[in-house]
Amino acid sequence: MSEETVKKIRGILAEHGRLAKDIATLDDDADLYQAGMTSHASVNLMLALEGAFDIEFPDAMLRRSVFESVSAIRTAVESLTTGH
Amino acid sequence: MNPGNFHVVVGIDLVQISQVATSLHQLGDAYVNRIFTPGEIAYCSANPIVAPSRYAARFAAKEATLKALHLEDQGVDLRTIEVKQMPGGWTEIVLHGPAKDLAEAAGWSSCSVSLSHEGDYATAVVAATAARK
Repeated sequence: MSEETVKKIRGILAEHGRLAKDIATLDDDADLYQAGMTSHASVNLMLALEGAFDIEFPDAMLRRSVFESVSAIRTAVESLTTGH
Repeated sequence: MNPGNFHVVVGIDLVQISQVATSLHQLGDAYVNRIFTPGEIAYCSANPIVAPSRYAARFAAKEATLKALHLEDQGVDLRTIEVKQMPGGWTEIVLHGPAKDLAEAAGWSSCSVSLSHEGDYATAVVAATAARK
């Protein structure tokens, strides 16, 4: 699940993250905000993740830190897909 | 009010209007309904030509409010921060639910917002007084 999830997340980041760097050059723990992701792009990313994984981020997860790295996003997505 | 018990807090944000236009095109209602209140949607969508710049300025105001309140990592629904268009033409920030509770806890009062856009960018500045802790 994890590898497949990470691949999907990276694809969504490439499309919606508006990063200043190629996502392929960033490791899973790299800070996406430092790589150029804006607050507006992070909202687009959240909406795209919700559509791709059929999930909904609750208010408590609408935090900057939830979307700060591929690893953090994977943790959030997996916590919301557990039990599906 | 003793001025020594309060300090001014400020937040600012800048949003690229073309990015908002892309989001409106790609994500449509999911984008609008997740970020904006019905009142904001009614105002922004009333004129399709300027809708992206209106949405962009309001998104900037919401982010500026989060910055002023230091709430970027508190889990706040952006719809609980509303930019209200007043009959005189100016705008005001109206907080609802958790955002209102957090602002009150921080001793926020006398909040003001200013919006502007030029070319491909929209910006907002939010200023308020807060109780000194």
